[in-house]
Amino acid sequence: MRIGLFIPCYIDAFFPKVGIATLELLERFGHEVVYPLDQTCCGQPMANSGFNADAAGAEALFVQNFSGFDYIVAPSGSCVHHVRDNFDAIEQTDAVTEVRARTYELVEFLHDILKVDAFPWAKFPHRVGLHNSCGTLRQLKHATPSELHEPFFSKPMDLLSKVEGIEFVHPSRPDECCGFGGTFSVFEEVVSSKMGYDKVRDHAQAGAEYIVSADSSCLMHQQGCAERIGVPMKFIHIAEILNGASA
Amino acid sequence: MTTAREKIVDGGAMLHPELRAEHDPDAILRDGRRLDHAEGVSKPLRPPPDLQPEPQPRGARVHGNRPVDQAEAAARFIAAPEHEKMHDERLWDLRQKRDREMHGIPEWEELRSLASAIKEHTLSRLDEYLDQFETNARSNGVHVHWARDGAEHNQIVHAILREHGATSLIKSKSMLTEECGFRPYMASVGVEVIETDLGERIQQLDNEDPSHVVVPAVHKLRTDVAQVFSRTIGTDPGNSDVHYLAEAQREATRPLILKADAGMTGCNFAVAETGSFVVCTNEGNADLSANVPKLHIASIGIEKIIPRLGHLAVFIRLLSRSALGSPITQYTSHFRGPRRGGEMHVVLVDNGRSERLGMEEFWTSLKCIRCGACMNTCPVYRRSGGLSYGATYSGPIGLIIDPTFNARKYSNLPFASSLNGSCSNVCPVKINIHEQIYAWRRVLVERHETPLAKKAAMSVAGALLSRPDAYRAAIAAAETALAHLPRFVIYNGLNAWGKHRETPHPPKQTFHSWYRENRGAKQ
Repeated sequence: MRIGLFIPCYIDAFFPKVGIATLELLERFGHEVVYPLDQTCCGQPMANSGFNADAAGAEALFVQNFSGFDYIVAPSGSCVHHVRDNFDAIEQTDAVTEVRARTYELVEFLHDILKVDAFPWAKFPHRVGLHNSCGTLRQLKHATPSELHEPFFSKPMDLLSKVEGIEFVHPSRPDECCGFGGTFSVFEEVVSSKMGYDKVRDHAQAGAEYIVSADSSCLMHQQGCAERIGVPMKFIHIAEILNGASA
Repeated sequence: MTTAREKIVDGGAMLHPELRAEHDPDAILRDGRRLDHAEGVSKPLRPPPDLQPEPQPRGARVHGNRPVDQAEAAARFIAAPEHEKMHDERLWDLRQKRDREMHGIPEWEELRSLASAIKEHTLSRLDEYLDQFETNARSNGVHVHWARDGAEHNQIVHAILREHGATSLIKSKSMLTEECGFRPYMASVGVEVIETDLGERIQQLDNEDPSHVVVPAVHKLRTDVAQVFSRTIGTDPGNSDVHYLAEAQREATRPLILKADAGMTGCNFAVAETGSFVVCTNEGNADLSANVPKLHIASIGIEKIIPRLGHLAVFIRLLSRSALGSPITQYTSHFRGPRRGGEMHVVLVDNGRSERLGMEEFWTSLKCIRCGACMNTCPVYRRSGGLSYGATYSGPIGLIIDPTFNARKYSNLPFASSLNGSCSNVCPVKINIHEQIYAWRRVLVERHETPLAKKAAMSVAGALLSRPDAYRAAIAAAETALAHLPRFVIYNGLNAWGKHRETPHPPKQTFHSWYRENRGAKQ
């Protein structure tokens, strides 16, 4: 299986560890993983702000970089949501629809495609609060959102449960948005930050040492909020835990 | 030393920890389950008694047709921490009660699908059902009027009142009459209007719009209400005891209700096959408004139609559970025709609805039954207050309805969302609210209703992200990356990221350069 690795811009710049963990984790399962060097962004920031036409260049480049892979995998739910559900600033040729259909977020790729049943190298003896980003929760359907009357399931919880020593804590508002929301974080920075403060406090009150998530963008925002108000909290991407990060 | 106020705000302590208490000694228990009846059982939320009351933050500053700055008003709401915290906790409590009710109904998701299907069907044949409703209402002895817009609605009502020599009108809460600017119009023609819903009456006395479609004064602390009542009905400004305030209001308003010349209600559902309509309240105030005076006028938005009486059950089961987390409103009043010696008028109002029905991406917003569940669940709304939107409809449903009234004035509203999607999941009629918010952003950009600086920034970002070399150069060094990410989305040149948050810590190298060093041979 030949996998194209998509590392979104902010992970590339600020969280290289997340990119490395994703790459190594996929390689552990014996797959060929390639990171096309000319990649930039999926176009989401522009499209999300309503400037869909301005996303066309980034979208075209994305297709150019990722055509021909069996799967395209990214450690970011919101980017995958954009590619899968909104990526329409460019003409929907066969190449475009092909790339869109083959793009997966890391958790769903491990859970649904690779069907991984063990991470024998991973140990994480810590209390963690799981943060399902809204993109993964309600768009990619990683788990049952609390608003719906549906049987409970959680793909990230399934995967993390296979990690030795991990202990989950549960915040009082399990799937309240943390306030990142892409350009919302700067357009409505006061509300965004307040949501972030409330989020990290809720996890802290539940006793979490770490907040773990499949989206580094939410974590970047929450970390910035926690540091500002002095809530002692550590943040880690799910790929790092599954790849065997010790702390 | 931390003050009591700081403790509330920074310590994460709840104003009312009893809201989370599993065993509430005051609750009435049936079958081991807390029994909730609408608003009544919710715990009163109050600031600590030893503090001076925090002044109420006011809503958006509205200047004619200029775009409303929701973010500015929201920031002022957050700067009033007791109000913000009370508001957030109060509405989250409603959301939790809603969840509990939902879990008591195994067929909940089926009900939502059914309600959505009934509404979509009705909207697709709205003209036929409206005709049917009119015919049946007329044969029940009801006078039926049609109003193209708010102004026409107000004139029709005024004409009916004039014909009866009526100069005072008691009314129950109606978002439609808010849309129509009804109260200011009536004031201008010398008709006294008395709101009979307690929350709406508070808002009327304070000369403020409702901030929520179901709980119109939810943004106010009881100390705010004490201020309003002391100013308007002469209560003791230092006494914010809720029983005292409620009783004083009752004493002041009852005489006005008893001598009113005419009564007005809104409508939750109008049934085509019977020509009757239904009003749901928790205070019984619609019944007072409709039954005390001999003249009853009902304002009905044309989207309120449902085909058959049997369909009503689906909506009644969903409405109050979604709105307040109570199984049903205290009163579900059916109005079929005038009582002996009385007169009943119905005004069917369009006010932009036909136009909305023709909007391919937005017509399903007409399914809305005004339960407010999307507001209660919205993390932005809960922290902003409904008046920050500067529009008749606030919260998620407001973001997609308000621009249909005035795309320029409400051009900022669809951006007041993190697009988290919780609103769509709680909607009892399954409106894809967050997808419509996203769609509105595109429409507003296409219509050039977004700030030029933002447009320029997006154009630069789009170009940069289309060119790998330029992009690489921009984020090659961590310092330059910080200058571009995530700030490349900032259009105003200020550091909107770092004002209330720390910026990310730049690592030694990017993933890109790590990959070239460690896996470079593969390329």
